Amino acid sequence: MIAEAGLALLWFAAALALLQLFASVMTLVGGQSEAEMGGVVRPAAIMQGPLVALSFLMLMWLFIRTDLSVLLVASNSHSAKPFIFKLAGTWGNHEGSMLLWVTVMAMSGSLVALVERRLPERTMIATLAAQAFVSLGFYAFLLFSSNPFERLATPVPEGNGLNPLLQDIGLAFHPPTLYIGYVGLSVAFSFAVGALLTREVGPAFARAMRPWVLGSWIFLTIGITAGSYWAYYELGWGGWWFWDPVENASLMPWLAATALLHSASVLASRDALRTWTIMLGVVAFSMSMVGTFLVRSGILTSVHAFAVDPERGSFILALLAIYIGGALALFGARASTVNEGKQFSLVSREAGLVFNNVALSAILGIVLLGTLYPLLTEAFDTKVSVGPPYFNPVGAIFALPMIVVMAIGPLLRWRRDSFDRIAKVLILPAVLTAGVIVGAVVLAPGIGLLPLLGLALSIGLGIASLLPLLGRNLLRTPLATWGMVLGHFGLAVALFGMASESAFSTERLVAAEIGDTVEVGPWSIELVGIDPVAGPNWTALEANINARYEGGDPISLHPQSRNFTQPPMTTSESALSTRWNGQLYAVVGEEGLDGRWQLRLWWKPFVPLIWIGGLIVALGGALALLGRLLGDMRKAHQVRRIAQRREDNPLHGAAPEPAE
Amino acid sequence: MSTALKPKHQRLVLVILALVVLIGAALLAIWGLRGQASYFYVPSDIASDPPEPGRAVRLGGMVQQGSIQTLADGVTVAFVVGDGKATVPVRYTGITPDLFVEGSGVVADGRLDADGTFVADSLLAKHDENYMPRELEEMSEAQAKAVVAETTAQ
Amino acid sequence: MSGTEKKPGKRWAIWLPLVLFGVFFVLVMNGLVRPANRDIESAMVGKMLPEFTLPAGVDERPGLATDDFRQGEVRLLNVFASWCVPCAAEAPQLDELARAGVPIDGVAIRDRTQDIARFLARYGNPFATIGKDDISEVQLGIGSSGVPETFVIDGTGTIRYQHIGPIMERDVQIILSEVKKAQTPL
Repeated sequence: MIAEAGLALLWFAAALALLQLFASVMTLVGGQSEAEMGGVVRPAAIMQGPLVALSFLMLMWLFIRTDLSVLLVASNSHSAKPFIFKLAGTWGNHEGSMLLWVTVMAMSGSLVALVERRLPERTMIATLAAQAFVSLGFYAFLLFSSNPFERLATPVPEGNGLNPLLQDIGLAFHPPTLYIGYVGLSVAFSFAVGALLTREVGPAFARAMRPWVLGSWIFLTIGITAGSYWAYYELGWGGWWFWDPVENASLMPWLAATALLHSASVLASRDALRTWTIMLGVVAFSMSMVGTFLVRSGILTSVHAFAVDPERGSFILALLAIYIGGALALFGARASTVNEGKQFSLVSREAGLVFNNVALSAILGIVLLGTLYPLLTEAFDTKVSVGPPYFNPVGAIFALPMIVVMAIGPLLRWRRDSFDRIAKVLILPAVLTAGVIVGAVVLAPGIGLLPLLGLALSIGLGIASLLPLLGRNLLRTPLATWGMVLGHFGLAVALFGMASESAFSTERLVAAEIGDTVEVGPWSIELVGIDPVAGPNWTALEANINARYEGGDPISLHPQSRNFTQPPMTTSESALSTRWNGQLYAVVGEEGLDGRWQLRLWWKPFVPLIWIGGLIVALGGALALLGRLLGDMRKAHQVRRIAQRREDNPLHGAAPEPAE
Repeated sequence: MSTALKPKHQRLVLVILALVVLIGAALLAIWGLRGQASYFYVPSDIASDPPEPGRAVRLGGMVQQGSIQTLADGVTVAFVVGDGKATVPVRYTGITPDLFVEGSGVVADGRLDADGTFVADSLLAKHDENYMPRELEEMSEAQAKAVVAETTAQ
Repeated sequence: MSGTEKKPGKRWAIWLPLVLFGVFFVLVMNGLVRPANRDIESAMVGKMLPEFTLPAGVDERPGLATDDFRQGEVRLLNVFASWCVPCAAEAPQLDELARAGVPIDGVAIRDRTQDIARFLARYGNPFATIGKDDISEVQLGIGSSGVPETFVIDGTGTIRYQHIGPIMERDVQIILSEVKKAQTPL
């Protein structure tokens, strides 16, 4: 019954989306007055969120109860699974994750219909029309090609989903985080399309869109940071970013959202960059869909035919063509009729943000091209793979100048400024940057160009990013400014970690006998012994290592080489020792024929700053979002009070208190 | 200097600058891809038309039976990769991946050195990809391996 | 200073994103229509099976040896394992092939008898014989690099066709036609 109810709710929500689309289109083009049909649009949008959420909860309930008459549960769950993984099993598969996608989308649609009252009603209806149009495609995808509630003719005695590989807490919560980020951008997309339809592109539009972009961007930032640390920690390869298509799929929407965030802030405060902001609004969500599609369809990551499901792939591709192609065609047709907005000087905060946008777009293009290049050459029957030798230098050509502008931009005034005014405060970061370059070349002559520049610029940016707070009353500084400062500072911190990891990591790969001592960086590492240990479905050989930092007290580390039985495979469990100035990373390999053990050791100075920096960036985003929301609420409150007073005053004037 | 320009011209300058940068990015990307993308070779390709030594390429094939040898330093392995028609000697320094055994498929990233030995920077054993369940599709190879590693089931 | 003037010179640039997306679309379409084949194909297609004898994988089915493939009958050799998720996915298609009258022999890779039995109980048993290959000797000998893979063997013991990955619904007809082809000797 629950499965049928869940499916019925989905159909109901889809019907409401159809109604929402129909009513809004009638209002926009059919000459219907806003009062007649327009009144239906918002309630239809608001209803959908709870309906789909309820449907998602029902699927969750089916998983919790392990209802084996439902195909999805039977093939992905098992009654003996721990509770938390039964729960996570709901979205740990194709159908469930698409339902999660639609749930987030419908909830966003509800929220935007419920709270957004600042835009002209016509623009709002156009926005909700776009949201309904996009939702309908995904409802159709869910209902016609990925029904999560499909029943089995005969229930199976036990589920198929006890695969321990999938019982991982990171796997359980990483995709939802990214999905919230991806799908939140759909609201920005709808706003952009709505604004294009009604040609109402202005500060009000940017202010309405901004919290959605900020929110999505925060989730994307957290998702990418967590994913990177997870890969670093679990993998045993010592790297933290592999330029894998799946990683790129999450990076590309982030780059677009970052650009959109900045251009929306120009539009909101200065009414400039109108067309550009619209285009980024379309591109950001397009990147989410393209990324998801590339991963889902398996055309980039496939290693075996079964990864590719042509029917579903074609369905998503058709959706992409309709939405992205349609939005870009609308953009082409309408954008030239949108006023360009206000002018600004070449030296101004706007110009700085334009530079940032151009650089981010360039990086986005470079990542996209690099990700798709294997597909391009495949069309000509040549197999290639694209990796760090391409992405790192080519991306850095745009990333490094962008960081310079990041340091300067926030100090500039809107509209027009001169370098003379800010030159004085910039002396300190500039001198430090130059100092680091000179110092590093003298002290560490072998340092690579990119790490050198990264190191120097991260110091410069770190200082410069704090300068906007200079001479301000810190308690009265708006939260949004704090957010910007923290966001930029976090990026400097992360950059310092990346550059330091790349410049100063030392690595030792040795075959050690028990009792041997190995030096790596400031550490001396003694292999004390190798012991067998066993877990629930694995056995492992665990190295017992004593690590001393500069001759200090020994720290005991236990990297493992694990053997699983089902399926049979061997994995390396790394062991980490974190200090304030870096991490020791130890991996044990196999035993050689001569009884020596392979040990792979890294000393990575300041590497944790990469992820700490990422979290600071996300925190900055959260502060900025909080600041904007509080500001909006205060403004709404004021507007209401003024309206109240107007309402009260005439009353006072018209009906004076009767004399006694 | 900028103040001498009319605002309208300043915008034109910005637009042109932006276009130049973006076109520059495209050209740079194409140049970078031509130079840095690593092509996929099987041993018979290497036999018939070897890549220039030092150029990053990918080699895929089967590890030949009886060919894996660990060198004296204990961390370098030498083996032979074949595809049924030709073979290439490979050397790799590092901890070999899961299921890297004789007879398994392997994909190696690296380069050919002057004497015709393929020096691998990283190895990917092919076996483990075959039972990658659907749910792991959405993860990168790195993450998928990580999940496997984290399997300390409750 | 809100400029209301249009810039005709810039108009073509506005269509650029759409054009770029068009290129992307064509590219992906192409990738989707012809899924990239990154499998390692066996060099053994067209050659004789190597000599092998495998013990029985489960009690109720006999084991498997090369001679079983030289009886003049086209057979399928399915490389599988109970721990292999895609192998479960292809079970209905194997059943379908068995019902179509094609004898199927299984080779279970690095597996345990009780696990194989449980796997067969859950997903059905289309196999005429099941051999247990604990060291992947047969798998490697016939040029298979993973599980599942399925080989069409003709009546003389020659490998005629290799299917890599699980047999999906759309593959059944392809395999049946390969079986038919294998009935006429080379």
